[in-house]
Amino acid sequence: MKKIRTPQGLEALQNSLLQRRDSNKSCVRVCIGTGCRARGSVVVAEAFRNEIKKQNLEIPIDTKQTGCHGFCESGPVIVIGPREIFYQRVKLRDVPEIVSKTLLNGEIIDRLLYVDPTTGQKVLYEHEVPFYEKQRRQILANNGRIDPTDILDYIAVGGYQALAKAITTMSCDEIIGTVEKSGLRGLGGAGFPTGRKWRVCHKVPGDVKFVIGNGDEGDPGAFSDRSLMEANPHSILEGMIIGAYAIGANQGYLYVRAEYPLALKHLQIAIDQAREYGFLGSKIFSSGFDFDIKIIQGGGAFVCGESSALVASIEGKVGEPRAKYIHTVERGLWNEPTNLNNVKTWASVPLIINNGADWYAKIGTEKSKGTAIFSLVGKVNNTGLVEVPMGTQLKEIIYDIGGGILEGKKFKAVQTGGPSGGCIPEELLDLSVDFERLTEAGSMMGSGGMIVMDEDTCMVDVARYFLDFLQYESCGKCVPCREGIKRMLEIVTNIAAGRGKKEDMDLLQELAETIKDFSLCGLGKTAPNTVLSTLRYFREEYETHVRDKKCPAGICKDLIEYFILEDKCTGCGACLKLCPQQAIDAYGLTHTIDPAKCIKCGICRDACSFEAIMVK
Amino acid sequence: MVILTMNGVRVQAEEGSTLLEVARFYGIDIPTLCYHDELTPYGACRLCMVEVDDGRRTRLVASCLYLVREGIKVKTHTERVMKGRKLILELLIARCPNSKTLQDLASKMGLDKVRFKMENKDCILCGLCLRMCAEQMGSGAIGFVGRGQKREVVTPFREASEICRNCGACMYICPVVETQCRGIKSPGELCNSCLIITPQCSEKYGQVMCTLDSCGACVEKEKKIV
Repeated sequence: MKKIRTPQGLEALQNSLLQRRDSNKSCVRVCIGTGCRARGSVVVAEAFRNEIKKQNLEIPIDTKQTGCHGFCESGPVIVIGPREIFYQRVKLRDVPEIVSKTLLNGEIIDRLLYVDPTTGQKVLYEHEVPFYEKQRRQILANNGRIDPTDILDYIAVGGYQALAKAITTMSCDEIIGTVEKSGLRGLGGAGFPTGRKWRVCHKVPGDVKFVIGNGDEGDPGAFSDRSLMEANPHSILEGMIIGAYAIGANQGYLYVRAEYPLALKHLQIAIDQAREYGFLGSKIFSSGFDFDIKIIQGGGAFVCGESSALVASIEGKVGEPRAKYIHTVERGLWNEPTNLNNVKTWASVPLIINNGADWYAKIGTEKSKGTAIFSLVGKVNNTGLVEVPMGTQLKEIIYDIGGGILEGKKFKAVQTGGPSGGCIPEELLDLSVDFERLTEAGSMMGSGGMIVMDEDTCMVDVARYFLDFLQYESCGKCVPCREGIKRMLEIVTNIAAGRGKKEDMDLLQELAETIKDFSLCGLGKTAPNTVLSTLRYFREEYETHVRDKKCPAGICKDLIEYFILEDKCTGCGACLKLCPQQAIDAYGLTHTIDPAKCIKCGICRDACSFEAIMVK
Repeated sequence: MVILTMNGVRVQAEEGSTLLEVARFYGIDIPTLCYHDELTPYGACRLCMVEVDDGRRTRLVASCLYLVREGIKVKTHTERVMKGRKLILELLIARCPNSKTLQDLASKMGLDKVRFKMENKDCILCGLCLRMCAEQMGSGAIGFVGRGQKREVVTPFREASEICRNCGACMYICPVVETQCRGIKSPGELCNSCLIITPQCSEKYGQVMCTLDSCGACVEKEKKIV
């Protein structure tokens, strides 16, 4: 029997695992997270295995496929233990060389090392890469260290010990008290105090209670939940089991979107393994506590990430929110008390139980404790997953971790919190990132998306893009959200097309405020954030569109014109060949663009090697 | 019994009743479009929003769903509420300009201008018909399909429903399809002639005369000077 019934049994297993795993043994850890996978890391991992077999090495070498390291920009990334050498952008053809040089002789291959763009120095270890240096990886700590499909890996790094501690030595009250004291807040974006939620759910009378893990991450540009589910599924399960024990629930659900096949696969493997080892099932750690988890796949609606819509979706109903005047913790799934938390919140629970509430409460700001995970994307040099203590300044994230703006351009705005978040301008770059500050600035923590925009971004166009996303992702139940977003989009589209009127901006403001006030659920209440924040910080840009019929960033197609600089054009004809409209004439030495034919697709500008094509 | 304050007046209400029920019992008129006494409240039209102060904060709630609580202070017609209601109605009229129900409400609430491009749809997606069908007729032949801008009420797979008995209850309860407003002359304009409760002629006797036009509304016309 594999089932582990006592904390001693778990410790004995961990010790035997650690003994069996010689810490001096070489180990190649290849990231097979989604980002690296797209760049061919699965083939690289396979090649390592074959190469090691082929070279018939005398010293034993492990290859391990781990989850996302977070530095997706440089994928595929590999780390070679025990020296923890960090190689990036590893190609298939590099594999034999790595095996024969680094693994056998300990030589470093220079060209695979990461080069710090600011100092030009080569970096040998992962933790010395500036991208990681300023981070505090807690929830994501084990992402690049363990094989997500092997429970023993998780146990070897101390997994399930928080569960053993909680069930065998702590009462429900103590566990909830610890979580309350830690100051943990919902990391799905709303920031509701987790302990308080658990307390209410625990107190509500009822024999049947549920816990739900929300992994329905639908924001464009956010991938933190995905990465966690793919790389360290057991940490989520452990947190959920502890929570269920404290609250008194016997059934859990993990709601994961169907668009995350790898996360679904890894979670299912994790659940099966946890059952095998007795962490799920009946009489967990020989207590009277039974608990099991089932995965539910989301059907692709963004709104199903909202708790009441998610509950409706699990019940098999149309995924639309309901008014939460009676909270989910009192009447949720099938009208029973239900405690719903984001997967990142659940994964924080074992850390708090292991290290204590005070340890957690020390991290972060006065009101926002712990760490925040951001999916840093857009026009920054280092895109990837970033975990920083709450209260870290925006500029630290964008410049120190993100490595600044691409191609040395100028920063314009950063949007946090997905489509319902707001755009934060340059003057607020020293804003410290926590739940309160972001809300004050007109944005929100949300799902942890962080989209950086440079000077070539038109804020009217940004508002238009997110409104377009939201008009199809609104569930359509309540009038302000459904009709209001459509009308806001109509107005913004008009402004972008140069048909805007002066009074449009006031109407836009009025609409946005009403939608915020009158909508039914969180999606509607936050939907106008992009419009409100761009109106607040970039009003001048709207005015230029309306008054002068010009787009300063040169993005809005109806307001710009492409033209060729005579002194720069060499008459090479590159643009001419590619123009789908035959709008470029080649009379004489230089070319000219016929504005009547031009559809402003920008192909010519991309094709020009002499920067001769401009927008006005 | 629960005691609460509504528009400054201390009122009694039965436990488990909604704010809307209490308000209507005491004669306070709160407009609704998706609410019906005999159907499960849905909270979608957002016209019934009221301001509730529960001692900690003031927020807007849908009165058709919010249950009475001891000591709360409710205001049903504040400036914030009225401004929002008007805009929501404006959005709805822009969607279905021909609906008499909406035109009536517009007159009543003093909405005199629609600032959006007019559409010409028939359904405001209040969901009364499908709740009527499922809850009162025990059928459930129609439902919502799609989300966001693509939401509509149809039968499953858009095929003739086998369980529909053609009882007509959905049409009976629909607030929009019933008699269309005949007061509007060009598409998209606001009629604003219905529901003038006090006939103008009674106040300005001698200057105006009042006729009943084709839809039964009281229309003010200048008296011809003989």
